[in-house]
Amino acid sequence: MAYEVVLVDTWVSMFGMRVRIALAEKGIKYEYKEEDLCNKSKLLLKINPIYKKIPVLIHNGKPVCESLIIVQYIDEVWNDRSPLMPSDPYPRACARFWADFVDKRVYDVAKKVWTTKGEEQEAAKKEFIETLQILERQLGDHPYFGGERFGFVDLSLITFYSWFYAYETFGNFSIEAECPKIIAWAKRCLQKDSVANTLPDQKKVYEYVVQMRKRFGVE
Amino acid sequence: MADEVVLLDFWPSMFGMRVRIALAEKGIKYEYKDEDLRNKSPLLLEMNPIHKKIPVLIHNGKPVCESLIIVQYIDEVWKDRCPLLPIDPYQRAHSRFWADFVDKKVIEVLMKISTTKGEEKEAGKMEFFEIFKILEGELGDKPYFGGGTFGFVDLSLIPYYSWFYAIETIGELNIEAECPKIVAWAKKCLQKETVAKTLPDQKKVYEYVEQMRKKFGND
Repeated sequence: MAYEVVLVDTWVSMFGMRVRIALAEKGIKYEYKEEDLCNKSKLLLKINPIYKKIPVLIHNGKPVCESLIIVQYIDEVWNDRSPLMPSDPYPRACARFWADFVDKRVYDVAKKVWTTKGEEQEAAKKEFIETLQILERQLGDHPYFGGERFGFVDLSLITFYSWFYAYETFGNFSIEAECPKIIAWAKRCLQKDSVANTLPDQKKVYEYVVQMRKRFGVE
Repeated sequence: MADEVVLLDFWPSMFGMRVRIALAEKGIKYEYKDEDLRNKSPLLLEMNPIHKKIPVLIHNGKPVCESLIIVQYIDEVWKDRCPLLPIDPYQRAHSRFWADFVDKKVIEVLMKISTTKGEEKEAGKMEFFEIFKILEGELGDKPYFGGGTFGFVDLSLIPYYSWFYAIETIGELNIEAECPKIVAWAKKCLQKETVAKTLPDQKKVYEYVEQMRKKFGND
């Protein structure tokens, strides 16, 4: 049976995980295609010629690229269940702002934590913790960034949790010691099936990062 | 109750111009406050504590930050007139993708051309044309990126046109010769009152950029 929804992704990508959580929240059946990013498929190059990156959602043959754009698309098409975005324009703008903050600030600095050494790594660790502390303040006393319910911002950030063990091990630091609220929030999110069934095991991600560090020549 | 709309902005900012065009398209009355970015006001620091940047839209006392997020907010609140984004979710995702492409690619290459010399500058110039040729490809034979009408992608890109004279002079390049379709599209957009009244004079922008380059020792 041909699925009308196909996701081209790679298991370890925190961006791909966002889309998988969104699809799970909406109960959408889809075909999953795992990409080998060292040997990109013709399909990927055809459906995302601009960036040649995953994730790409293909819906009825038409591709949608960029994880946060894909999640908003899913929310708008399957708008009869489990809303991911707030319905009111102001909270929606705030949700977009904070998801954009995660995109602008978390990925690059977190990558430096496992790809650099010495002073550069120390600076990256500091910035990473400061970024998470800004997010902790934004969370405040709410159970989720979305308020009472898991939403767009939670979805955009929780996927990085699967990489925390790798960051902590290579950075030689404890995220929980610095940002206990974020860890508590993450564990709360993991009580949701859509999140628990999507996030890969932290040790598996760590092993992947070990391989990547060898490839990038970081020892 | 009348809406109270304030825009914190800086006249040569292409990001601020996007919001000004959106407000003009919707016919929204607002108070414009020009910021001195070397001496940011307490209001700006209060309204955008995270990035401390303009533009910021303050609607009935509540701030919205990041130009494309502000434009979507404006479109959703004042949804009874002049839609800026398409109604169809796929077309919306497509528009968001290309506006995001403009955000990711154009400012960075402009900075490269204006702040570097020699080989790095030449590389920047090549990259500039690659990016704009990709945009020409996306425009195709349509009058606007939005199709028959001026839309989100057009709005996200057209403010850069006010910087073209500065880029051409500093970068020693001829944009019309390499990307005639983009220049033709820009001139078509300028026939719209909202765009013509918003975009500053290209020579004024050039004078501003030259001042900045002298200040940072890039000339």
